[in-house]
Amino acid sequence: MSDIKVKTAPVQGVDGRSGGHLLEVENLHVEFRTRDGVAKVINGVSYHVDAGETLAVLGESGSGKSVTAQTIMGILDTPPGFVTGGSIRFRGKDLLTMGKDERRLVRGEGIAMVFQDALSALNPVFTVGFQIAELFRKRRGMSRADGYKRAAELLDLVKIPAAKTRLKDFPHQFSGGMRQRVMIAMALALDPEVLIADEPTTALDVTVQAQIMDLLAEIRRDRNMGMILITHDLGVVADVADRIAVMYAGRIVEQADVHALYGKPCHPYTLALLDSLPRLDLKGQELNTIKGLPPNLLRIPSGCAFHPRCRMAKDICSSERPALIELGGVRASACHFAEELYGRE
Amino acid sequence: MSEVILEVRDLVKHFPIRQGIVFKRTIGQIKAVDGVSLDLHKGETLGIVGESGCGKSTLAKLLMNLEKPTSGEVRYQGRDVLRLSPADQRKLRRNIQLVMQDPYTSLNPRMTVGDIIGEPFEIHPDAAPKGDRRRKVQELLDVVGLNPEHINRYPHQFSGGQRQRIGIARALALKPEVIVCDEPVSALDVSIQAQVMNLLDQLQKDFNLSYIFIAHDLSVVRHIADRVGVMYLGKMVEVGTDDDIYTRPTHPYTQALLSAVPVPDPTVRQHKAVIRLEGDVPSPANPPSGCRFRTRCWKAQEICATEPPLLQIRPTSGHPSACHFAQEKDVVHAG
Repeated sequence: MSDIKVKTAPVQGVDGRSGGHLLEVENLHVEFRTRDGVAKVINGVSYHVDAGETLAVLGESGSGKSVTAQTIMGILDTPPGFVTGGSIRFRGKDLLTMGKDERRLVRGEGIAMVFQDALSALNPVFTVGFQIAELFRKRRGMSRADGYKRAAELLDLVKIPAAKTRLKDFPHQFSGGMRQRVMIAMALALDPEVLIADEPTTALDVTVQAQIMDLLAEIRRDRNMGMILITHDLGVVADVADRIAVMYAGRIVEQADVHALYGKPCHPYTLALLDSLPRLDLKGQELNTIKGLPPNLLRIPSGCAFHPRCRMAKDICSSERPALIELGGVRASACHFAEELYGRE
Repeated sequence: MSEVILEVRDLVKHFPIRQGIVFKRTIGQIKAVDGVSLDLHKGETLGIVGESGCGKSTLAKLLMNLEKPTSGEVRYQGRDVLRLSPADQRKLRRNIQLVMQDPYTSLNPRMTVGDIIGEPFEIHPDAAPKGDRRRKVQELLDVVGLNPEHINRYPHQFSGGQRQRIGIARALALKPEVIVCDEPVSALDVSIQAQVMNLLDQLQKDFNLSYIFIAHDLSVVRHIADRVGVMYLGKMVEVGTDDDIYTRPTHPYTQALLSAVPVPDPTVRQHKAVIRLEGDVPSPANPPSGCRFRTRCWKAQEICATEPPLLQIRPTSGHPSACHFAQEKDVVHAG
């Protein structure tokens, strides 16, 4: 795969502000107010994505990677979820402060999303053709017949065989991989500039996963879209991402170019994560593990949230929260010993 | 190699497809497992890999005697499990235990951990005298790395990884010789997965267990298995040592499967030759004639449609491979 990083000119902000990115999340805070207390799910997340590039957001369950995506899309369940700070700028405009109708226009046309479980994301009582054509009727004012025509074109684009006849099928009549293709077709319907893919292949088999990841990469290239790929799979990330943001307990702990991150991880969590993968030369030996459990978001450890599980932890880690500091150019790490890790051979 | 503890010969399971409300008629068969043979040696781990729908979980159920096979036999230490009297079957079941995939649904939420792990003793009262059970359960909790004081807690108070440990403790309760692990780590996060795999490894050494380890994650299977079998649409297509399968695969499906696994190393993505399979796995209700993989295979010839290839050692393959055109091919892959 030729994934040379596409350099893109910064998007001119609509408000005349230049130098902004296509989509920019800044210092986002989200909390869930539950019966048991307040769970601080996102604690100051900042990332950006430009046209034509793939940003992978990597993290384990509960790290806040999906909630960030839901907040960007404006589909966060409120209550219990509340945005308590930060901004999400798309083409320079803050999505969090804009009106409901304006935001609705961004959804689908500006930013679209592909969900993990296509069977529950599609409506089981309508045909696939109806569900895609509905977008064209409501948003583009097309007639029913024209909508179906466009829907057939889209299914063809995502390589569903016999697209025209399959328009009349219901979601359950498609296989898992084909259903995911329908989801992708739907997300592409209104030509979005940013596509958020939330674990798009987690429920699929590896041979089908490879097909879907290829399709997404191809579409991203052809349309020069920005893509945010949310996943926990270190293999998928290495295959398609340009940049990576690693999340832990609602914070970004490391951010880097894909080669830099795998070549020399500069946060103990990333290091341990890569270390815990089964490897050929470790056959028959004990796997390296990360001790303990991911933190309970109702009671995030003081200081660095990773310190109870960290091999390098010192006293300072439990008392002082490390800031995300920049290390040589585009990478950053939130660890007190980041520079030490960066300087190592 | 050590003695064979579990022997499976031509195991077949067809599920009938029925139609009608009052008069049900059978209109077809789902051929979930269609003639699988395997040997499990004492103390070894046999990995079974394959995609969803290939019959690997049905195979696990057949081995556990939770489903009645359509034909074929399962021999445990030389005795045919399926022909034993119910009382003998029950005794024998003690020696083969199961660890299930989903630690959220395989534990009863209304039972305490002590009750869950102690339940096997209720069914086999001679395994532990009544007064001794609580102590035994606490020992088991300790063995799998949980706090023995948590015996009165409920499953929801534990994380996914800890629940899987509870499932493992339950499987260990009756001191089995064989444990069938059906996707034991696939529901867990990466950082937790390694912990559970280390535990399984440790238990195997401590108790001289034999594992049948079913998973779809090829790098996980490579790490833990001594031998590996690859399944496709109810048939075993290739069997060999882990080196045979991962460095000298000869069946096109194994090669495609290996090449499709994303490698966690961005430096290989430029020069990685990926074999992309077209389409989906055909329906097991109506599998292709001859070789079942031929509809997605780039090597398929006429013979593949007429003659099902047997799983055997071939001139071009040092280990059993069910392909008329078996040939070694080096594939870049993870693990």
